[in-house]
Amino acid sequence: MIGLTHYLAVSAILFTLGVLGIFLNRRNIILMLMAIELILLSVNINLVAFSAFLGDLTGQVFAMFVLTVAAAEAAIGLAILVIFFRRRGSIAVDDVNRMRG
Amino acid sequence: MIAILAFYLFATLTIASAVLVIFARNPVHSVLWLIMAFFNAAGLMLILGAEFIAMLLVIVYVGAVAVLFLFIVMMLNIDFAALRSGFTRNLPFGLMVALVLLAEIIVAVSAWKAGPVTGGAQPAATTQANIEAIGELLYTRYLFPFEIAGLILLVAMIGAIVLTHRRRADVRGQKVWKQVDRRPEDSIRNMQPTVGEGVKL
Repeated sequence: MIGLTHYLAVSAILFTLGVLGIFLNRRNIILMLMAIELILLSVNINLVAFSAFLGDLTGQVFAMFVLTVAAAEAAIGLAILVIFFRRRGSIAVDDVNRMRG
Repeated sequence: MIAILAFYLFATLTIASAVLVIFARNPVHSVLWLIMAFFNAAGLMLILGAEFIAMLLVIVYVGAVAVLFLFIVMMLNIDFAALRSGFTRNLPFGLMVALVLLAEIIVAVSAWKAGPVTGGAQPAATTQANIEAIGELLYTRYLFPFEIAGLILLVAMIGAIVLTHRRRADVRGQKVWKQVDRRPEDSIRNMQPTVGEGVKL
């Protein structure tokens, strides 16, 4: 039978893959945002798994809030990316520090 | 039996798609693999009986967020090959950090297994549907956080519009004050034209 630990394992692997993605694609900010989405997805799987196995719906409610924040973060992040690209003509995050001042 | 098979299918596909999101050469493929990962995660949640979150995942993540990523990737003319330059250089360090993190999580999970699980260990046997139960919880106990979530989305929407909006010089826009200032006397004349004379404008 599939237990809570199975879901936690999937979620842990997904989280690690997200962190790995951030480390590997240090220059490509779009892939970094996608890796953040993967991390938030793993958090959601964790919340829903605990919610289902403990018989408490609060976890699912908070998974919804995480979803909200993820959507807002993606929208704002991509908007910043678009104006950055318009100014600089590239999205290499190495020279993002030009944004100050 | 079928649930076990479905779990392993969805779990394997989720992890495989997540790997391909990171390692795909083409970012459009990355986004498509991300969509695949979201679909399979929705399947995982469906097995757990969280239908509402699963459907929300499909609608919000696949329908909105992933498509937004796809638009951005295709809209901006980016040289992605140049952006991959540090990939192999970062690989050993990244793998090391990832392995350490995974080991930590595994240790944490086994530590959690050693301790007692507090809370209702028995899944509550309800006759209510999942969506019904979540709705009842959301509009009573979590009404305030729910409203705040709506506010966050509103702020994100307005923020994205304000950030990306640009005023262009070559576009003839609407002059609202001129329209509001206009009175009937300026634009309307009552005429009593006699036959055969017509109207002078």
